[in-house]
Amino acid sequence: MMKKSKRSFLKVAGIAAMGLGASSAINFASSDAQVSTHKKKAKNKEALSAHRWGMVIDTNKITHEIVENIVEACHKEHNVPDFNHEVDTKKYPKTRAVNHKQEIKWIWEEHFHYAFPDKEDEFLAERFHDLPFLVVCNHCKNAPCTKACPTQATFKREDGIVIMDYHRCIGCRFCMAACPFGARSFNFRDPRPFIEDTVPQFPTRTKGVVEKCNFCAERLALGKQPHCVEASHGAIVVGDLENPESEIRELLSEHYTIRRKQSLGTEPSVYYIM
Amino acid sequence: MLEIAIKGSKNYWIWIVFLLAVIGAGAIVYIDQFRNGLMITGMSRDVSWGFYIANFTYLVGVAAGGVMVVIPFYLHDYEKFHRITILGEFLAVAALIMCLLFIVVDLGQPTRLLNMFLYPSPKSVLFYDALVLNGYLFLNIIVGWKVLEAERNQVEPVWWTKPLVLISIPFAIGIHTVTAYLYCGMPGRGFWLTAILAPRFLASAFAAGPAVLIILCYIIKKFTKFDPGWEAMQTLSKIVCYAIIANLFFFLCEVFVVYYSNIPGHKAHIQYLLFGYHGYTALVPWMWTSLLLMGTGAILLVIPKFRSNYKLLPYICAMIVFGTWIDKGLGMISGGFVPSPLHHVTEYAPTIPETMITLAVYATGLLVLTILYKLATQVKEEVNG
Repeated sequence: MMKKSKRSFLKVAGIAAMGLGASSAINFASSDAQVSTHKKKAKNKEALSAHRWGMVIDTNKITHEIVENIVEACHKEHNVPDFNHEVDTKKYPKTRAVNHKQEIKWIWEEHFHYAFPDKEDEFLAERFHDLPFLVVCNHCKNAPCTKACPTQATFKREDGIVIMDYHRCIGCRFCMAACPFGARSFNFRDPRPFIEDTVPQFPTRTKGVVEKCNFCAERLALGKQPHCVEASHGAIVVGDLENPESEIRELLSEHYTIRRKQSLGTEPSVYYIM
Repeated sequence: MLEIAIKGSKNYWIWIVFLLAVIGAGAIVYIDQFRNGLMITGMSRDVSWGFYIANFTYLVGVAAGGVMVVIPFYLHDYEKFHRITILGEFLAVAALIMCLLFIVVDLGQPTRLLNMFLYPSPKSVLFYDALVLNGYLFLNIIVGWKVLEAERNQVEPVWWTKPLVLISIPFAIGIHTVTAYLYCGMPGRGFWLTAILAPRFLASAFAAGPAVLIILCYIIKKFTKFDPGWEAMQTLSKIVCYAIIANLFFFLCEVFVVYYSNIPGHKAHIQYLLFGYHGYTALVPWMWTSLLLMGTGAILLVIPKFRSNYKLLPYICAMIVFGTWIDKGLGMISGGFVPSPLHHVTEYAPTIPETMITLAVYATGLLVLTILYKLATQVKEEVNG
């Protein structure tokens, strides 16, 4: 039972992990019978891998414009609903008014004192006041959300990515209470009426499940960089935190970086160059 | 025994029909929630648990409070409680059924509920909470039923009820301890991240549970021929007295620690509850009402003259029940989420549909309680009369 479900999940999250090319990506929704024809589960040779994925955000290179592009790219490609989107009433009649407090977001902009509430400082350097800080799931080494989940619907992969199985989630929202970074969103309603153009390569979600940043696991599996990295003009770098030779480790050894709420011991994998 | 439940007076049936109507109205609203999602509630991205989980937490306390009659009777042979032990056990049953219903109505995907047991996750506190809650429920149903049946047949209860009762005692402590651990084990929530949360939950439970029981004793006395006994009620009121004082003391400890240490992440929540935070004050009047009710209740219970006043006692108990309900129901959950981990303030208030579903769950619990208490009181009338 367990194995079968893990496999169904992999169909969704790691297309390339099963040796399928990008063109077969649509197949991920296909039945078990079809998938079993690809018996050899060889890893895609082009897939990007790491012992522990991490992210460095260079705050010197981030502008409001870049932030907007990043948020849009991420949300669009992951079918994250936009509650400001005007609903097609022909396709979705009877759609009720939205409550913006129930919005969904994977990556967004915050001011310094919200992104780092424990580093509040009345004499904070001027330039940080208006600087947009991108906040996102930290893919913590000691993730409190994976511990809290009563069904293992949210779990940590071997490469450090904290990811969700939307089909197993019962919507108890324990993970949301457990996350110290407010990184998780709950589908209080069916998100589909609020998706402008559905991207077929990525699943839409149903009402009643939690979701969050997945570190673009579906793109890493195809050998591609995450959407946020591509849209960032070099402001965001991802790489292997465990590999001393990696670009990300080089950045960390050269610059002073901070992480959000380090004192809680969750060991966030997202670093900010100050 | 169940046949007793279908024979009753006109008032009995009016009450049953009333409860069924409340359940029916809530069920219709629940169908809407089931189809359209939790969007019909006042919950949000920042306040992701609300009224359902709050009432769940409160009722776990009421259920655990039942043990306050079980311990004196079974461990200390306190005979005065012989007549009301069954009432404590059946109250626990009704409260636990409400708890489980509140969990189910809170789920985003209730049809996947069994995933909890298909993929058991021993690292998750919720897993253990499900185990102890269900365990305590079954223990109380079996023990209550068997002991009552034996009483009806005027024989000694079958021998294995005794070990089950003894097991149920740590279970009672367990349900509320584990429920507190749901909250206090999370690193990012300063309000709940306190070792005194479980003791505080227990103190409030041992005040609320017996206070509810005293009120129920008055109701039983009024509507049936069964007399739970004034002395038993007086002992219960002493238990309420100690427990509510402990609860207030624990809260005082909490307030001292957050204000004297002055750590913002911990202080902000209590500040929000007691004085408001950045101009947001929705819960301030509620919290002071709660403190006033619990404080006044404690003073009245300490003074023997008031505690033993037959006319006054039910009102004191109502104060305790309402005060602890605000404390745990409104303050405990909202207080933990406001301000959010990023120190944004999103306030929470339940919506009308959410309240109707909540009332329906309470009505279901009252229906179970009414039927079980009818059995219990009728059997006791038969035997004594």
